[in-house]
Amino acid sequence: MKPDERGRFEQATLPHLDAAYNLARWFTQNEHASEDIVQEAFYRAARYFRSFRGGDGRAWFLSVVRRASLAWLEKQRMQAGVAFKEDVHDRGDETSNPEILAIRKSDDEIVRQALEELPPELREVIALRELEGLSYQEIAIVIEAPMGTVMSRLSRGRERLQRRLSRCHEGRTT
Amino acid sequence: MNCREVRQLLSPYSDGELTPDQDAKVEQHLLECEECSQQEKSLQSVRMAISSAALYYEAPASLRQRIEATRLPIDRGGFRISLQWVTAAAGVFLLVGASAALGMLWPEQKPTADDELAHLIVANHMRSMQVDHLTDKESHESQTLLSWFQKKIGFSPLIPDLSQVGYELTGGRLDYLPDHPVAGLVYNRGSHVVNIFTWTANSFEDKPLTRLVCQGFRLRHWQRLGMSYWVVSDLNDQESDKFAKVYERYSRKILPLRLRSSDVFKIP
Ligand SMILES: [Zn+2]
Repeated sequence: MKPDERGRFEQATLPHLDAAYNLARWFTQNEHASEDIVQEAFYRAARYFRSFRGGDGRAWFLSVVRRASLAWLEKQRMQAGVAFKEDVHDRGDETSNPEILAIRKSDDEIVRQALEELPPELREVIALRELEGLSYQEIAIVIEAPMGTVMSRLSRGRERLQRRLSRCHEGRTT
Repeated sequence: MNCREVRQLLSPYSDGELTPDQDAKVEQHLLECEECSQQEKSLQSVRMAISSAALYYEAPASLRQRIEATRLPIDRGGFRISLQWVTAAAGVFLLVGASAALGMLWPEQKPTADDELAHLIVANHMRSMQVDHLTDKESHESQTLLSWFQKKIGFSPLIPDLSQVGYELTGGRLDYLPDHPVAGLVYNRGSHVVNIFTWTANSFEDKPLTRLVCQGFRLRHWQRLGMSYWVVSDLNDQESDKFAKVYERYSRKILPLRLRSSDVFKIP
């Protein structure tokens, strides 16, 4: 890569380093791997830079980060002997103990924990929407799925959080 | 709009992602229906809780330093040339493969052309294993797939029937490397998926079998009669070798019977 090309590439990607790390971190939930993944994505994105048609590099770069994160997750699951499934089955009334959770932890930590308990497919869309502020269309580009999928995953993720958090609050007020 | 329909649209409604028509209908309903309105408030408070909690992970300084130190891949022109000295560096690939435990590339290690290619091949392989991605054309018939590839990309890989030796032909798929399209041929052994990627090579010299490991997958690569072959799967080393050998052996058998040489030997 020639110096001026590297410059253009860095302009398109470096401003989104926080977004990239935040996505990898929420998607994989692994602090150490997230750094590796973003570095790997940065490298891979350089390979495909010619396919980037200018404009906002964020969704484009995040889609590369997301792929690298997915590859990491798939590898983890394969090593654990579990095939990766994009399908999310709703565990509805999963058991948890909100009272214990609510006693010592601040609100922030309860919210964080609720988000961490979501499956990665729901967690990533929530992170992209609520923390990154991406539009549905941008999220669709990042996760390489139709808008309808973005919409339904967001709905499901929020419903679960709603259930989870309202239980926490009930637990705390008693 | 009834309550059930409205509930399903509350999430996109709160994001302002509904059509103006839908948006107006939901809004109207919320004015009239106490329960749905309550639900909407609850959704808002959850959204507020998430976005106001300190949940954002900023990139650590160590990552920024690593990124700045990352040596980026040479551009496509250089890549094409570097493919020529591929065999000479075979020893280095194995070293790189073994030391990059997570399949990550470190700035200190200069990745070789094969190593870069292996990453792309593995990415294609993994993508193929996602839902509904395995084949574009599902078939157990060599002849069917052969014509399909011919029509789609103007050449076809050799497609031997390997069912006698335990590999079921599953189908074909079109994939892309940065430079060109590649034919992806899929065999199955039990629950293992074996992908063979082939394309017309840019040299006519034969290259012996090369072994690589990338992100936990085993790769076998060779070149013969102007075609480049990459096999990737989660089979172990021994089985990967066996598959490559069997594929080659059976390909030789069918070559004179089913294919005109011009189909196989097409050189750009
Ligand atoms: Zn209602």
